[in-house]
Amino acid sequence: MIGLIVAEASLLGIFVVAYLFYIGKSLHGPYPQDVLEVPIFNTMCLLASSATVELAVRALRQGDRRRVGTWLPLTALLGVVFLAGTAKEWYRLIVEHGLTIGTNLFGTTFYSLVGLHAFHVAIGVVMLTLLTVFAWSGALQAAHAERAELVSWYWHFVDGVWIVVLTVVYIFGR
Amino acid sequence: MAVDRPQRFGFRAAVNAISVAAMVNLIALAASAVGAPGLLSNDTPVSTPSIFVPTSTPAFAIRDLSYFVLGICAVIFIVVGGVLTYCVIRFRRRPGDEGREPPQVYGSNQIELAWTAVPVLIVVILFLITARYIFGIERLQPPSGLQATVVGHQWWWEIRYPDLGIITANELHVPVSNPADPTPIFLTLQSADVIHSFWVPQLAGKMDVIPNKTNRVWIDPQTPGLYVGQCAEYCGLQHAGMLLRVIVHPKEEFAQWVAAQQAAAIDDPGVRGGRELFQSVACINCHSVRGTLANGIFGPDLTHLMSRATLAAGVAKNTPDNLRAWIDNPDTLKPGARMPAMQLSRRDLDQLVAYLLTLR
Amino acid sequence: MNSISDTLDHPEEGAPGQLPVLARLHEWVVTVDHKRLGIMYVVVGLVFLLVAGLEATLMRLQLAFPDNTVLSPQVFNRLFTMHGTTMVFFVGIPIVFGFANYLVPLMIGTRDLAFPRLNAFGFWLLFYSGLLLYFSYLAGDGLYGAGSAPDVGWFAYAPLTGRAFSRGNSTDYWNLAILISGIGTIATSVNLIATILTMRCPGMTLGRMPLYVWMILVVSSQTLIILPPLSAAQIMLLLDRFLGAHFFDTQAGGSALLWQHFFWFFGHPEVYVLMVPGFGFASEIIPVFSRKVIFGYALVAASAVSIGFIGMGVWAHHMFVVGMGSTPNALFAASTMLVAVPTGVKIFNWLGTIYGGRLRFETPMLFCLAFLFQFLCAGLTGIMLAVAPFDWQLSDSYFVVAHFHFVLIGGLIFTIFAAIYYWFPKATGRMLSETLGRWHFWLFVIGFNLTFIPLHFAGVLGMPRRIYTYPADRGWDVWNLVASLGVPIQGAALVLFLINVVLSLRGGKPAGNDPWDAWTLEWLTTSPPPDYNFETIPEVRSRRPLWDLKHPSDPDWLHE
Repeated sequence: MIGLIVAEASLLGIFVVAYLFYIGKSLHGPYPQDVLEVPIFNTMCLLASSATVELAVRALRQGDRRRVGTWLPLTALLGVVFLAGTAKEWYRLIVEHGLTIGTNLFGTTFYSLVGLHAFHVAIGVVMLTLLTVFAWSGALQAAHAERAELVSWYWHFVDGVWIVVLTVVYIFGR
Repeated sequence: MAVDRPQRFGFRAAVNAISVAAMVNLIALAASAVGAPGLLSNDTPVSTPSIFVPTSTPAFAIRDLSYFVLGICAVIFIVVGGVLTYCVIRFRRRPGDEGREPPQVYGSNQIELAWTAVPVLIVVILFLITARYIFGIERLQPPSGLQATVVGHQWWWEIRYPDLGIITANELHVPVSNPADPTPIFLTLQSADVIHSFWVPQLAGKMDVIPNKTNRVWIDPQTPGLYVGQCAEYCGLQHAGMLLRVIVHPKEEFAQWVAAQQAAAIDDPGVRGGRELFQSVACINCHSVRGTLANGIFGPDLTHLMSRATLAAGVAKNTPDNLRAWIDNPDTLKPGARMPAMQLSRRDLDQLVAYLLTLR
Repeated sequence: MNSISDTLDHPEEGAPGQLPVLARLHEWVVTVDHKRLGIMYVVVGLVFLLVAGLEATLMRLQLAFPDNTVLSPQVFNRLFTMHGTTMVFFVGIPIVFGFANYLVPLMIGTRDLAFPRLNAFGFWLLFYSGLLLYFSYLAGDGLYGAGSAPDVGWFAYAPLTGRAFSRGNSTDYWNLAILISGIGTIATSVNLIATILTMRCPGMTLGRMPLYVWMILVVSSQTLIILPPLSAAQIMLLLDRFLGAHFFDTQAGGSALLWQHFFWFFGHPEVYVLMVPGFGFASEIIPVFSRKVIFGYALVAASAVSIGFIGMGVWAHHMFVVGMGSTPNALFAASTMLVAVPTGVKIFNWLGTIYGGRLRFETPMLFCLAFLFQFLCAGLTGIMLAVAPFDWQLSDSYFVVAHFHFVLIGGLIFTIFAAIYYWFPKATGRMLSETLGRWHFWLFVIGFNLTFIPLHFAGVLGMPRRIYTYPADRGWDVWNLVASLGVPIQGAALVLFLINVVLSLRGGKPAGNDPWDAWTLEWLTTSPPPDYNFETIPEVRSRRPLWDLKHPSDPDWLHE
């Protein structure tokens, strides 16, 4: 998992580099300062989900299957809320401001970076949902705690990437 | 152990291999520095664009640096290659060695430290000298000189002299520069489409021509003559057909060339029919002829077409036959060229060519 | 591991003919055994080597004479693109990772890689992506005109790869094939790292691993970090071409140089990923054929790690001519010269191993000795290229072409052949013929040098890369002709090699466990090894466990 995280970090890092490189270089608007709003609620959801997945893993280690069956789906749900929030933001940007991936350099780098991150969130949600199904069916045991922990590492990584994206796109880039 | 040939075959063969390889490589190294006859002579303008026959200060500077580097590399090659050859000969297994292992030496801190430190030292020295040249070649440039803009297109070179009001193509004409009182030429490099690279080895190192970026290079050729080069960054189908000619004139001659290029296009009444055709058959969409209606910008400026030695960026000699073939179907001379086949009737083609032939 | 019928019917010696052909093929297709996957990787790599070699042969045919018209520019440009792309991604990578697949578990005394199914997944991804790339020849225009194979060069600079300048789908085949193969390579790298770090046999500390395993650890780690940037850039190119993004669209303010930075950030370490395992082969073979322990194990391992680190900071030496400015030029010149130090030090360590030894000149050693000489030359031309102003003349010329072919053929391919002759007996139980091996070696050395030494001169005389023809008055003709004459000689060498393999598979001398009197763990088990590699997992006390067994009175662990 560490190997995968290193590789993914490298991949997403390049999109961050591209974003940073193209700040201020768009030939015409819409510009970030005109259209971006800091997604505070989304960020809270994602950060909270890191906490919930950690609680789930601890519960699994202790063999408390009831709590595992609560925290895991909650994590997945928070991820879904994050994705919905992202979708809502994109709808607003496309329909209200006419910003698409082909509009200008900002559009190109914004949608690709945020989109790639969202894609990784979606994969995480799928994995968490699977874990939830295993938890609810009783297949998930304390002995599997290590494997569940690997999934939680992936989820923390996705969260960490979001902090970077938040800083670069919504704070620094405006 | 599976050896189905006597040991001496393998050994002698190995020695031969290494001696041959060593000799060939040494000769190669020496030859590239010294050169076969003709590579180094600088009296007559050479057609071979060797980087070791410079005629302009940046190219001279690079050559000086290269001699130093080649010298260091030659020494390293001789020493290391020599040790390798010696080892292969001296330590080959001899009859009677079966089953006996030589003394196992696991390493030596002093020796390993030495052969790490010495390369580091060589690298430091090499880097210091290199850095000096990197920054120095910039600083060597004389303060003022002629400005020229080179725009790379797929697959030809547009050449403009903004201060002189001249636009031409594929041939860069410059005045010779006296080292005591230099008259350099400053080239501004831009691209109209993809990445190209401006390279005339005898004048300067190459510099890429990149869209959305302006690069600069300077030359001060000190011997009149013709110097050739070509695009050095793959730019599509006819990358190989994007040749460069730099003609260095004595100062008087250059002034004459400038005057001739600054004049508007010759208006020969005998070919007015051809000129009408030129202006009506879409030629003017791409080409310019100063003093007429034609001011297209996608193709080369044709005001003084016949003053150039070649067509199609050096791919063919500028002769009436070639000109005719080119207009009829450019693919016959340069497959894939951006200019479309004009599909003119024979009569129209004759008239058009007759007109163009007057554009001296 | 394999099917139950396999365990019952499949004796260790691998006697053929026990199962019907279809069943045996099926075994190979579903296998997750690292040895079989390793062999499959190497075979695929060698097949693509022949294909790419054919592409090169056609190019050299066209370039043998000035103003030649054997090939049209369309075909030539596709050939050099496919040649480069194939050699790097579908010859070099599969062979390198194939050998790693085969050797690493055996050398560290374990039964398989950490994730056998991921291993198989990685292989099939690579195989599929190679087919995808070559499908481009058939797609689009069809065979005449060589289809719509990509023609943008193996490093595919923007904006030439944008929709405006590369119409049709040829560039997309390039993009997708490499993207998919990259996923497989990353998966294999993760697998190898996990295996090396967690599955070494008892007593084998990191400091007691064979040097080859060190090299694989270094390149796998590098791959994890540098391959994703290429994938990222390719995703960006996909977005540009299909969704109208502007990453590399200079008309919209995008930067053509951004692609170059991303690509070469991958591209340069990539060539270390290719070459460093070759160093690993040399570090295993040279000691055995000199009958001496490697001189300075720690320094060789440390220099590999240094190359791994420093090598990630040299990429813009491919961009000395784009006009970055004097300071970046100087910085990258410095880092490039610096990386030459650990590389050179390795050569000295190998020389130190040979010195005082008792050299045997069987085919693996012949290839290694030629490698030493040729790699020395390659390193020196590399130093010349590191000197940025010199590079301003040499870049993008045939001098660079000669340099990297000296590294990749004179260095990598030669060590690969050494490795094949050395480990073929282990994998198949049969020796390759020494006679044919020597013919192969000699023809290949002569042909290779005949082709690539003259190309240095062509470059110095002003001949740029990637041109489908050249005028007769440039003075390049004689060098090009000589270079083209070396091609059939290399071809003959390869044919002899193939004959050697085919003949030896059936009738080669039986190898036994340890035909070379070597010292690492793979020689402890049978040839070929059983599915489970070792009857009991070995326990080691030194870097050369078999030396300890053969010399109980003077074992290595007394001296290390």
